[in-house]
Amino acid sequence: MIGLILMAIGGIVAIIGAIGLIRFPDVYTRTHAQTLSNVGGCCLILFGVFLEGFYSIFSIKALFLIIFIFLTAPIGAHIIAKAAYKSGIKPKVVLDEWKARK
Amino acid sequence: MQEAIYIIYLLGIAGILCLYRILRGPTAPDRVVALDALVPIIATIMVLFALYQGDGLLLDISIVYAILGFIGTLVISKYLMGEGIGDSI
Repeated sequence: MIGLILMAIGGIVAIIGAIGLIRFPDVYTRTHAQTLSNVGGCCLILFGVFLEGFYSIFSIKALFLIIFIFLTAPIGAHIIAKAAYKSGIKPKVVLDEWKARK
Repeated sequence: MQEAIYIIYLLGIAGILCLYRILRGPTAPDRVVALDALVPIIATIMVLFALYQGDGLLLDISIVYAILGFIGTLVISKYLMGEGIGDSI
């Protein structure tokens, strides 16, 4: 039962992240919504599958996917932001810390 | 487990919103961000469909799909930075 509640919360968080992916104005803010959708949505649903699977093969493989998404979602967001900065897109912020560092 | 089909509906709505950003993004990194949001959603849909069917065949396919999506994101980002594959970041 608690696994189903976690799955429902995860689905709603995934929809909220996708709405943020549409509504945000910039690449660097959209990476925030993307990481929310990955970690908060998909990992919560997979943790619900881990609780509902009753220690069968579903639980083990869902745990593998949780660990993998937790490791790779921040790496993906970071490297996309760096690629967007190096390909010449200006961020819509007042303080540009990377430009001030050089 | 019959209740998993409703969670698949919720994730389908999220995936369609990500597809809108992929089709309509102004620059290339927008599309890459939306694709990186779409890949774990599809992997989770595969896991939920395996739970709905009671068959464990799609679990291995979802793990391999998540790994290949992450490698694709890394390669497209390195291409946008204008570097080779083996160069340091």
